Amino acid sequence: MSDHHGAPETPALYGVLGEFADADHLLAAAHKVREAGYVRTDAYAPMPVHGLAEALGAKRTKLPFLVLLGGIFGGLAGFGLCYYCSVIAYPMNIGGRPVNTWPAFIPVTFETTILGAAITAVLGMLALNGLPMPYHPLFNIPEFSQASQSRFFICIESKDKKFDEVAASDFLRSIGATHVTTVDN
Amino acid sequence: MATSHSDQRSATAAAAEIPVLAPGHSYGSITDQISSIVLTKGMSRGWLFGLAVSFLLVQVLLVSVVYLIARGVGIWGINVPVGWGFAIIIFVWWVGIGHAGTLISAVLLLLNQSWRTSINRFAEAMTLFAVVCAGMYPLLHLGRIWLFYWLMPIPNTMGIWPQFRSPLLWDVFAVSTYMTVSFLFWYTGLIPDLATLRDRAQSKIGKYTYGMLSFGWRSSARHWRRFDAAYLLLAGIATPLVVSVHTVVGFDFAMSIIPGWHNTLFPPYFVAGAIYSGFAMVLTLAIPLRAAYGLQDFITDRHLDNMAKVMLATSLMVSYGYVMEVFFGFYSANTYEEYLTRNRMIGPYAPAFWSLILCNTLAPQLLWVRKIRLSPVLLWCIAIVANIGMWLERFVIVITSLHRDYLPSSWGMFYPTFWDWSTYIGTIGVFLFLLFLFIRFLPVISIFEMRELLHKEEEHHHE
Repeated sequence: MSDHHGAPETPALYGVLGEFADADHLLAAAHKVREAGYVRTDAYAPMPVHGLAEALGAKRTKLPFLVLLGGIFGGLAGFGLCYYCSVIAYPMNIGGRPVNTWPAFIPVTFETTILGAAITAVLGMLALNGLPMPYHPLFNIPEFSQASQSRFFICIESKDKKFDEVAASDFLRSIGATHVTTVDN
Repeated sequence: MATSHSDQRSATAAAAEIPVLAPGHSYGSITDQISSIVLTKGMSRGWLFGLAVSFLLVQVLLVSVVYLIARGVGIWGINVPVGWGFAIIIFVWWVGIGHAGTLISAVLLLLNQSWRTSINRFAEAMTLFAVVCAGMYPLLHLGRIWLFYWLMPIPNTMGIWPQFRSPLLWDVFAVSTYMTVSFLFWYTGLIPDLATLRDRAQSKIGKYTYGMLSFGWRSSARHWRRFDAAYLLLAGIATPLVVSVHTVVGFDFAMSIIPGWHNTLFPPYFVAGAIYSGFAMVLTLAIPLRAAYGLQDFITDRHLDNMAKVMLATSLMVSYGYVMEVFFGFYSANTYEEYLTRNRMIGPYAPAFWSLILCNTLAPQLLWVRKIRLSPVLLWCIAIVANIGMWLERFVIVITSLHRDYLPSSWGMFYPTFWDWSTYIGTIGVFLFLLFLFIRFLPVISIFEMRELLHKEEEHHHE
């Protein structure tokens, strides 16, 4: 989502924002927005609504794959650390036992695997979401502060190829928006 | 999926008859009630009093630690043969307390248990603060605290690397990973709620602080989806982590050859004990909290009932551990193991052993009675008893095993000193101090998850 900003010439309008009565209406409206061919859209709800992002046409998230990579990297790093320290850098001959005592390295390897996966999950989620982003045009709309509390919105963004301010506003009203606002950039 | 889920829900609801969320709430009322604890102006007297008392206790810790650094660990009661005194007892106790937080958050999330929602936030906070307290002990026990970085695998001028075959080094990795992951899990869950607080805050400082902390979260559906994925993945990896951390703590003992410690039972037995003491601590905190802030709508009797059942189940597991220890002691035909078992029961520390049986095995049996499970006051008393019992368990394991081992000539006694107690009380102060700050400045109940719960319940009514 990081491509929302940084374009050379920013259009004056960010998009039009329609408010919907509740989660069910929001979900139904999201399907209609997608069917009408709008692509650059987003919905805002005070809690996760199952299937909402898919209704807007969002693709599968890469996050689980990244977390897998993070975990593998963490595990290799952990085992590598144990191996390097105990076999290469500081080998100790204790009664002729092997220096690569891999079962003893499992606890550390396990912990670093978890650590790598967890850090990737959180940082990956933030990065894919384009956060932190302290400023966003939507924050200028007074009603939008309710999106984190009790109200539901759909925004059709001006970057959409089909976007036309009047048509998009009328369309949002026609699919049941109780209130439509234009959002300046 | 939806129907089986609702069938399951209605079946459990019928059995319990107490809802996990009191009826009559809307998204707005949930948001109002939970965030009002944080966003009211001024400070209540009770809160200030609690903060002041816990702050005094933090000073007790400060004095104890300064004196420890000045004089060395000799100010504690540790000596030959008991070189592991309070430092390890209380380290294990705090780590154990921390476990319920992650367990409630992660395991119950994976198991789709809706009753976790109202208690996970402060259980996670409790985990973090308990691990902070626990983490101090190994460092203090080093004596030369300023050399703690020797535990880290970093290149140094001496060319010496840590011993990766030692459970004590595994502990460094386990506890620090646990702390990091607990923090990430807690903070990730907080982001949407911080955004709610940002949007509701009246003061400029509030808006700015919560705004920065929430990273500009704007409740977008696409964001929510990645958030959900990240949260679920974190829960999935935190679950084996919880088990591994206390297993490693169990290894600290089990990998040695001291009678009473050298036991394959230790890792699972430690994990069960950790869950038991963790749930006891959640109850100890939740019962006064919900009374003080009128949160009975969110933390209902159903929650207390369920947590009491988990306590009862884990108490039985721990008791199985006690029985097995005695069984191994005699069945092993090992003189030292046999003597240790006898010494625990009739030796100089017998009162501690029998009190632990009373606290951890007998007292929780009261939880079979539904009336007691539903009585907050009685439940609170049992939770306190369980906390004491788990403390005694660690005391008995650490002290009785060390004070008489193979050679009678090296036997001795351990007596905690004033500084042992003051350090312990000081860490309780740190725990409470952080908790009081948390209650005042962050939402104690996850607001967005409560809204989600309401949304799911409404869907269930539509069906």
